[in-house]
Amino acid sequence: MPESLLYGTEVVLNGLMAGVLYALVALGFVLIYKASGIFNYAQGVLSLFAAMTLVGIMNGQIPFAHLINAALGTEIHHFGWHINALVAILLTMVVMVGVAWCVQRFVFRHLIGQEPIILFMATIGLAYFLEGLGDIMWGSDIKKLDVGLPQGGSLWIEENTQWLGFGNENFYGFFLDRLDLIATVIAALLVIALVAVSQYTKHGRAMRAVADDHQAALSVGISLNFIWVFVWSIAGFVALVAGIIWGAKSGVQFSLSLIALKALPVLMLGGFTSIPGAIIGGLIIGVGEKLFEFTVGPLVGGATENWFAYVLALIFLVFRPQGLMGEKIIERV
Amino acid sequence: MFYREAGDIKTSYVADSQTFPIAFDRIGYLCVIAVAFGVLPFIIGPYWANAVFVPFLIYAIAAIGLNILTGYCGQVSLGTGGFMAVGAYACYKLMTGFPDLNIIFVILLAGGITAAVGTAFGLPSLRIKGFYLAVATLAAQFFLVWLFNKVPWFYNNSASGQISAPERSVFGVAVTGPNVEAWAKYLICLGFLFVLAWMARNLTRGSLGRSWMAIRDMDIAAEIIGVNPLRAKLTAFAVSSFFIGIAGALFFSVYLGAAEAGEAFGINKSFLVLFMIIIGGLGSIFGSLAGAAFLVLLPVLLKNTFVGLLGWPTDLTAHLELMVVGGLILTFLIAEPHGLAQLWRVAKEKLRLWPFPH
Repeated sequence: MPESLLYGTEVVLNGLMAGVLYALVALGFVLIYKASGIFNYAQGVLSLFAAMTLVGIMNGQIPFAHLINAALGTEIHHFGWHINALVAILLTMVVMVGVAWCVQRFVFRHLIGQEPIILFMATIGLAYFLEGLGDIMWGSDIKKLDVGLPQGGSLWIEENTQWLGFGNENFYGFFLDRLDLIATVIAALLVIALVAVSQYTKHGRAMRAVADDHQAALSVGISLNFIWVFVWSIAGFVALVAGIIWGAKSGVQFSLSLIALKALPVLMLGGFTSIPGAIIGGLIIGVGEKLFEFTVGPLVGGATENWFAYVLALIFLVFRPQGLMGEKIIERV
Repeated sequence: MFYREAGDIKTSYVADSQTFPIAFDRIGYLCVIAVAFGVLPFIIGPYWANAVFVPFLIYAIAAIGLNILTGYCGQVSLGTGGFMAVGAYACYKLMTGFPDLNIIFVILLAGGITAAVGTAFGLPSLRIKGFYLAVATLAAQFFLVWLFNKVPWFYNNSASGQISAPERSVFGVAVTGPNVEAWAKYLICLGFLFVLAWMARNLTRGSLGRSWMAIRDMDIAAEIIGVNPLRAKLTAFAVSSFFIGIAGALFFSVYLGAAEAGEAFGINKSFLVLFMIIIGGLGSIFGSLAGAAFLVLLPVLLKNTFVGLLGWPTDLTAHLELMVVGGLILTFLIAEPHGLAQLWRVAKEKLRLWPFPH
C-alpha cells in the first residue's frame, strides 16, 4: 500500500474514535431533547462538573474550601483520605442525581410551556452557573484524573498492522491510543444500555411517552416531574462517562466544557431527535474534520478543526434542515 | 400631578406618535442627554471612562444590534463576537490602508463591511430556524475568528498576530492610539451610541421594524399577509451586523487599542451580549442600554465589594461572578422574561396611576 494511503487510513481510524467521543456527548443532548424539548447547552459543563466532582471526591478535597478560607480565614483544603475510584464514581453519580433534581425543581419546572429558544437560553445561563459553582467548589486548577484507564498507544495493534506496509521501512503499524479504544468500547456499551433502557423498562417507556406527547403522558398517569428528573439524571450519567474519558485524556480543566461546542454540529448533522443520528453524525464529523485537517489543513495554516464541523453542518442543514435522521419539521400556522 | 398625559394635548400625528408621549419622560430624556453630553465629559476621569462608561457605551451599541436581530426579528445569533471581530479588523485594515481617511468614516465603513459579511451569514436563516440557526451562527463565530488568526493579511503580518490602532483624530483631538484623553474616548462612543440608538428606535417602529416583528411572531403567517421573509430577515441581519461592526470597531480602536481575535472576540463575547439583551429585555432599545449597563457594572461592583472590601482573592470573585451572571439569567428568564425593560414599563404604568390603585 502507498504511504499516503496508509496515513490516510490511520487518520480515518483516529477520526472514527474521536467521532465516537463526540457522539457520546451528543447522546446526552439527544436524550434530554427527546424527553423534554430542551436543547441542553449545559451538557458540556455538566461533564466538567461531573469530572471535577469525581476528582474532588477521590482526593478527599473539601468542597468550597477556597470560599470558606476566604470568608472565615481558615486554612482547610483536604479531608486527608483517598477514596477508591469505583466508590467515588458512585458518589459522583449521587451528586449528579442531586443536580438533576435541583435543575428540574428550581429551573425547568418554572419554564414549562415556554418557547424552545427561551429554554435554550436558560441552559446557557445554567452552564455559566454550574461552571462557577464547580470552580468555587473544587477550585479551577487543572486536575489529573486517574481512574485506572490505560494510557498511551496500543503496541499490540502497532505490531499486528505492521505487515500492511509491505516492507515499507517508514511504516510501523497504525498508532491507536489505548484510551480511545477503551472509550469506543464504553461508548458502544453505553449506547446499547441506553437503547435497552428506553425500549424495555417501565421508566424508559414512560420517557418515550413523554417525548411523544406531554399531555397524553400525563393523562395515563405518568409523572412528568419524575421523568424529567430521571432524564436529567441519565444525562448526568452520560456527562460523567464523557467527563471521565475526556478527563483521563487531557486532564480536568475548563476546556472540557467546550466539548459541548463540538457536539452541537454533530447534533445538527445527525438530527436532534435521533440516537442513531447522533452516532452517525459523530462519526462523520470525527472523520471529516481529521481528514480535512490532514489534507487541506496544511495549505491554510492548520487548526481547521475549530470550525470545520460547524461549516459542514451549516452547509448540510441548508439542504436538509432537520438533519440526517431527524424527524421532518412540520410547521402549522 | 407630575406624570400624566392629562393636559398634554396632541394636535398633530407627529406629536401623537412620538417616542415619549408623556411630558415628564421627554424632559427626563433631554436631561439625561444634556448631562451625558454637557456635564460628564468635563468631570470624567480615566478610571471611570475605562472601567465603566466606554465599555458600557460600546456594549450598548452591540446590544442594540443584537436586539434588532434577536429581539425584533426573532433570529437568535451566537455569532456576535465574530461580527465584532469583522468590524475591528475592517477598521484596522482601513486605518492602515487609508491613513488620511477620517476615523469616523473608517468606523462607518467598517460597519458597512460587517453588514455585508453578516448578510452573507444570514442567508441560511431562510432555510434554518430556531436553535438550528443559533448553532449555525456559531459557524460564523468560529470561522471568522480562525480566519483573523490564520491569515496574516488581516493583521498586516505583525509578529505578535495582534492588531494595534494607530493614532487618529477628530477635529484635531486624538481619539485612538496611546495618547487619548478619557473624555475624547467617552465622547466619540457616546456620539455613535446616540445616533445609532436614535436610528434603531426609528427603524424599529417604521415599516421595516414592523415587518421584522411580524417575522418574529410567526414567520409563515407573516409571509401570508405579504411580508417578504427574504427581505425582512436579510435586512435584520444587515442592520444588526452594521451596529455590531461599529461596536467592534470602537471596541478595538478606541477601547482596547490593541486586540487579538481569539482573545477579544471569542465565543464569550457572543454570550455576554446575548445575556445583556436577555437581562435588559428582548425587543427594546431601552432594554439594550439597561442590560449593557447592568452587565458592565456587575463585575465592577462585585470586584469592589469582594476584593476591595472583604479582601477575597480575585479568582474566587471571578468564579462568583460566573455564578451570579448565570443565576441572574435563570432568574430573569423565569420571573421576568421581558427583562429590565419590562420592570421599567411596569413601574411607569404604576406611576401614571399613582396614588390611585386602579
